[in-house]
Amino acid sequence: MAAITLARLSKTYPNGHVAIRDVDLRIEDGEFLVLVGPSGCGKSTLLRLIAGLETPTDGRIAIGDVDVTAQPPQRRDLAMVFQSYALYPHMTVRDNLAYGLRMRRTDAATIARQVASAAEALHIEDVLDRRPAQLSGGQRQRVALGRAIVRKPNAFLLDEPLSNLDPSLRTEARAELRRLHRMLGITVVYVTHDQEEAMTLSGRIAVMRDGALEQVAPPLDIYARPANTFVARFIGAPAMNLLPGAIAGIKRPDHAVVGIRPHDVRVGRDGTVRATVDLVEPRGPDYVLHLHLDGSDAPFLAVVNGAAPPAVGTEVFITLPVDRLHIFDERDGRRLGGPA
Amino acid sequence: MIARPASIAVAIAGALLLAVLLFPIYWMIAASLMPESRLFDSHSLLPAALTLEHYRALFDERDFLVPIRNSLLVSGLTTAVAVPVAALCAYALARLRMRGKGLLLAGVLAISMFPQISIVPPLFLILRELRLLNTYAGLVLPYLTFSMPLAIWLLTGFFRQLPRDLEEAAMLDGATRMRTLRDVVLPLAAPGVASTAILTFLYCWNEFLFALSFTLGPDRYTVPVAITLFRGRYQVPWGEVLAGTVLATIPVALLVLGCQRRIVAGLTVGATKG
Repeated sequence: MAAITLARLSKTYPNGHVAIRDVDLRIEDGEFLVLVGPSGCGKSTLLRLIAGLETPTDGRIAIGDVDVTAQPPQRRDLAMVFQSYALYPHMTVRDNLAYGLRMRRTDAATIARQVASAAEALHIEDVLDRRPAQLSGGQRQRVALGRAIVRKPNAFLLDEPLSNLDPSLRTEARAELRRLHRMLGITVVYVTHDQEEAMTLSGRIAVMRDGALEQVAPPLDIYARPANTFVARFIGAPAMNLLPGAIAGIKRPDHAVVGIRPHDVRVGRDGTVRATVDLVEPRGPDYVLHLHLDGSDAPFLAVVNGAAPPAVGTEVFITLPVDRLHIFDERDGRRLGGPA
Repeated sequence: MIARPASIAVAIAGALLLAVLLFPIYWMIAASLMPESRLFDSHSLLPAALTLEHYRALFDERDFLVPIRNSLLVSGLTTAVAVPVAALCAYALARLRMRGKGLLLAGVLAISMFPQISIVPPLFLILRELRLLNTYAGLVLPYLTFSMPLAIWLLTGFFRQLPRDLEEAAMLDGATRMRTLRDVVLPLAAPGVASTAILTFLYCWNEFLFALSFTLGPDRYTVPVAITLFRGRYQVPWGEVLAGTVLATIPVALLVLGCQRRIVAGLTVGATKG
């Protein structure tokens, strides 16, 4: 177990594509860090750099106190769970779990003991003698996790490990992951494009865009105080509304963009801004209203509770509570102020 | 099931094609069993009389076991050297990052493009200097010039089709490149390796020009050379030639039939990118 330190890490591909630019990040020992961002933002590349599967063009990577920048993946003692699981199809589950231990010349008795305890922790004792092809998706995912936990590595690297599961299994697997993390107390770096997964799993979220870190903070901090408009729109669902400051009654500074989460918008018979209802999406406990604001062409969403939402085409008035407004700079998207 | 007219037509066309392709083989077998005297006066598709005389002559008078042994040895040795070495080359070409990889692959291909006859004289001179003429090594080494490019190309295609994740998982598990090749890549590419071995063996088994040029006497002739040299100054012993070709075909036919699915996979690899 160890902390992972990335210092001014950059990766430029030979074709000139900059995948990672100047990333500084310290992942503490035992932390659960989620790398999140839209596809192509470089989050998987960053994970592969940590794993040693890619070599950085600049910067350093340290695990604990050891600089591993020049070390191959075999020497870093990390475990990785791949999106495809990458189970060895020609080996039994037992051999899949034992392979990493064998490569480290562990004696047979220890291997048997550790495989048994990993299998028990993940409830896969019954399938140890099967091949991966004979397992269900959920079981494969567990075996992939088992292969990682069986040898107590420095850290776990997980690359979208839940994206191939049914939605119903995903919630379960998420809880399982948190339980495992608590039990083992191991450093985890977890890559996902799903902001909800990031919110529910992580100790800290690192939001990435175009190969750079946009914000690194605990999930509720990111949700409450997004550092810029990109993070504001990426974290939270439905996405935060952004509109010119003037509409929301914010006069200063004059280049302000105002953000408000759909849950914070109040819709009623009276209010400050007039709007037309374009679409109503029932979600069960509440409704998402797609609104057209007077004086703005940007789509605007509001979440309302209650039995009877306004009908499509009707006119409503919305109120934007001042203490719920996030204020950003129109020019570079940076956060200027908002709820503490 | 009711057969539709289209599928009946396809079946008939297939049967006709098969008949055309198989007829020479039938004729070869049938003629090898006919007495020499009847070979040219029978116009029937069925042999008028059957005899094993040609096969007896093959072994009693011509010692045909020697070329068969030579062919098996040379083809087997070439395959045994070419496939493992080619596997190493192919894995490097398929996976390692290195400069000029495309050029190297093109070069490998270019080597196999030379007309075979053009490298016979230089090879002859080299082998003479090395005193390898009329030896097994003197055939195995030249055979590697065409079997290695073939094996490298086939195996590179197979290795490229394997999911990279598996190799990366093995490396994170602590396996070196060579261990990864041994524990993960080769077992998964086993069908490809097998068909590469079979194709290499077939090419060597059928090779004629090198075997003719670099052997000096019946003790080192391979099957194709031995059969060709059956012909005397005044006559061709057709019966024995055909009996010899039957014997040369049987091991190959068995090999191919036994592994036909894998060979088809081998021939079509690269046709569609996995």
